[in-house]
Amino acid sequence: MEVTTGHSSPTPRKGFRRIWNSISQFFAQTPLLGWILGILIASTLELLIGFPLARAIGLNKAPVLFGVDIALKTPLLLPATLLYDLIIYIFPIVLVVRFLNPLTNRLAAWLLRFPMWVSALVHMGLLYLALDLWTSVSDYRVLVAKLMMIAIMITLSLNVVNGFMGEFSCSHPGFMALGAYSASLVTVFLFIGSDFGPAILPESLGPFIFPIALILGGLVASLGALLVAFPSFRTRGDYLAIISLAFMFIVKSLFENLEFLGGARGFGNQPNWASLPVVFIWTMLCIWIINNFVQSTMGKALNAVRDNELAADAMTVDTRKTKMITFLFAAFWAGVAGGLFAHVLRYVNPGTFGLQKLAEVLAMLYFGGLNSVTGSIVGAIGYNLLSEMLRPLELFKWIIIPLLLILVMLYRPTGLIAFKEFDLQKILQPKTPQTKEEVENVTPAS
Amino acid sequence: MGSFLQNVVNALQWGSFYALIALGYSMVYGVLMLFNFAHGDIFMVGAYIGFFIATGLISLSSLGILTLPSWALLALTILLAMFLTSFVGMLVERIGYRPLRGAPRASAAITGLMIGIILETGNLAILGATRKKFPDIIETTTFQLGEISLTNTKILIVLISLLLMFALHQFIQRTKWGMAMRAMSSDFLVVPLMGVPLNTIAALTFGIGSALAAAAGVFYGLAYPVLDPYMGIEYGWKAFVAAILGGRGSVVGAAIAGFLMGFLDIFVATYFPSTMRNLISFSIILIILTFRPHGFFGTAHSASLRL
Repeated sequence: MEVTTGHSSPTPRKGFRRIWNSISQFFAQTPLLGWILGILIASTLELLIGFPLARAIGLNKAPVLFGVDIALKTPLLLPATLLYDLIIYIFPIVLVVRFLNPLTNRLAAWLLRFPMWVSALVHMGLLYLALDLWTSVSDYRVLVAKLMMIAIMITLSLNVVNGFMGEFSCSHPGFMALGAYSASLVTVFLFIGSDFGPAILPESLGPFIFPIALILGGLVASLGALLVAFPSFRTRGDYLAIISLAFMFIVKSLFENLEFLGGARGFGNQPNWASLPVVFIWTMLCIWIINNFVQSTMGKALNAVRDNELAADAMTVDTRKTKMITFLFAAFWAGVAGGLFAHVLRYVNPGTFGLQKLAEVLAMLYFGGLNSVTGSIVGAIGYNLLSEMLRPLELFKWIIIPLLLILVMLYRPTGLIAFKEFDLQKILQPKTPQTKEEVENVTPAS
Repeated sequence: MGSFLQNVVNALQWGSFYALIALGYSMVYGVLMLFNFAHGDIFMVGAYIGFFIATGLISLSSLGILTLPSWALLALTILLAMFLTSFVGMLVERIGYRPLRGAPRASAAITGLMIGIILETGNLAILGATRKKFPDIIETTTFQLGEISLTNTKILIVLISLLLMFALHQFIQRTKWGMAMRAMSSDFLVVPLMGVPLNTIAALTFGIGSALAAAAGVFYGLAYPVLDPYMGIEYGWKAFVAAILGGRGSVVGAAIAGFLMGFLDIFVATYFPSTMRNLISFSIILIILTFRPHGFFGTAHSASLRL
């Protein structure tokens, strides 16, 4: 009997997959530094010639989010916006990314000769510079960028519980609300003054107290998380999902009834301290700490608890401690994100932290991918960008985004980038061999 | 005392919506171990389908084409709405759940959630933002029993709801299809190997659950005749909590927990400020779940199952 093996003649990859492969091969030798430099140069270019260029090709104003909003409002302007994107973003980035490879690779290798954190800090600094330049064009971009970074924090912290520990927690809007209200309470009562009396401390002290207020918000959220963490010892899965859902409803209802916090009318007048660099620093801190957490022994214990709690217990994993710490940890970051959220919008009301928010957070998490730091970042950025860019479609936005998410679920049930470790060394290192030994060790390209 | 009894009557009516919706959640959860998060929106779709049927039938009879007594009009509306909405449920199963049989359970929950959002937005896009007024199919008459005022719609709603629940219970306990469902809920992997058609049973489960939700939708329209596209969200989630509270796959449990939700809602709103409704009723549910983690009639199921 003849057995045909699929491997003897590899089937040619076709269509979308082939295009994707050739694109990724084209950029295979670009380190992260190259990408950041490309974005930096594109942002500078936009700042310098963006507006005149937009005028020259017949646009009234420079496109805010890659021109998608303009193209959706008036489809006739689509060629002009495409041209704009091509000149401002795609050409410079592709050129820099492709042809500065030798330089950026050498630079990345040189940076790695120092301790890792130096390299990481340089990358972050450049990234912030690019972000700052990109957002300096309009206030709308600043707001979008801030909300996007806060979404990254929330999605990451939810991923710790839902992805790494494998529970289905619905309580994150509740944690956010706790953090948002506590942090606002501290800042407003100390620095702005309210019905209870004038400001106690001078506003110049504010930026120093602000981190403390955020941390306090996080701690209050952790305290609330105890209410979900204790039942998690006895129940898991579906029943814990209900308990966390009930927790969310309780928190929302609690804030609706606290009259000194404005009740259902909301609580506003927060000081404007959540500037772009502040949010950026907190986001980077959050990514760094959560990534360390999930890669630590505790993080591995999380996965063990998820995959088989009994076996994990037998292998000396303290399951109770693991669950407790994880819930408190995730709630802490959700609380910090909530505090930042309140200070970005400078107004919160309990309705914000309801079922709508829950659906949004879950969508970002499952869009990006479970059990993966990269996935959460991609999910949060992708969802937020999409949601902002499709804004001109108004109602139909809420048909297109769910449809996209359903497609992602059908074809990649655990999300776009799931179960992938976030390895700093791998991300920062040059993509071509640099030293002599490396060149000798490298295997011929397949 | 009189106001207490009055509240009991109101809570029975309010709870029958929850109970009917919770039954759909509970059946899907029992058979497939999945949550159908689109179910609250299927309730909304059922109410709208009922609205169109009722308006159509009433205009037909006012034109003199169709002469039906009002009770027949009501029965026809309920039955047609149930029948049509069951297809919506089956469609949801076919699109969002069947392709994800082997996937993590949470993925199916997310597709359900997203289908729910599409149903809401689709409704808003097609019908516009104006709220629809559910037509009065039957003349409302009020009986005064001492201090309690009863309307015929209230009595009808509670009675028909109980009847539907009883019918469902009989269906699940007495028929071959019901037996297949019960078998499936005890072992979801082995039973299909014994010749029980999984896909048919799943579609049937979604269909029946959606039909009950449609009945709840029509009753809701009769009792509170203003419909809006987002009415299903809070009902859906609360009924979902009721379904879990009742115990996995237990029809009786879901019905009792649904009525309990109704009683909590009404009585908390009577004796406390109505804004405290969710706060107090969910605190009570949290306490119940802490002491009875598997609900009223549920059994502890394997720890390997998780969302």
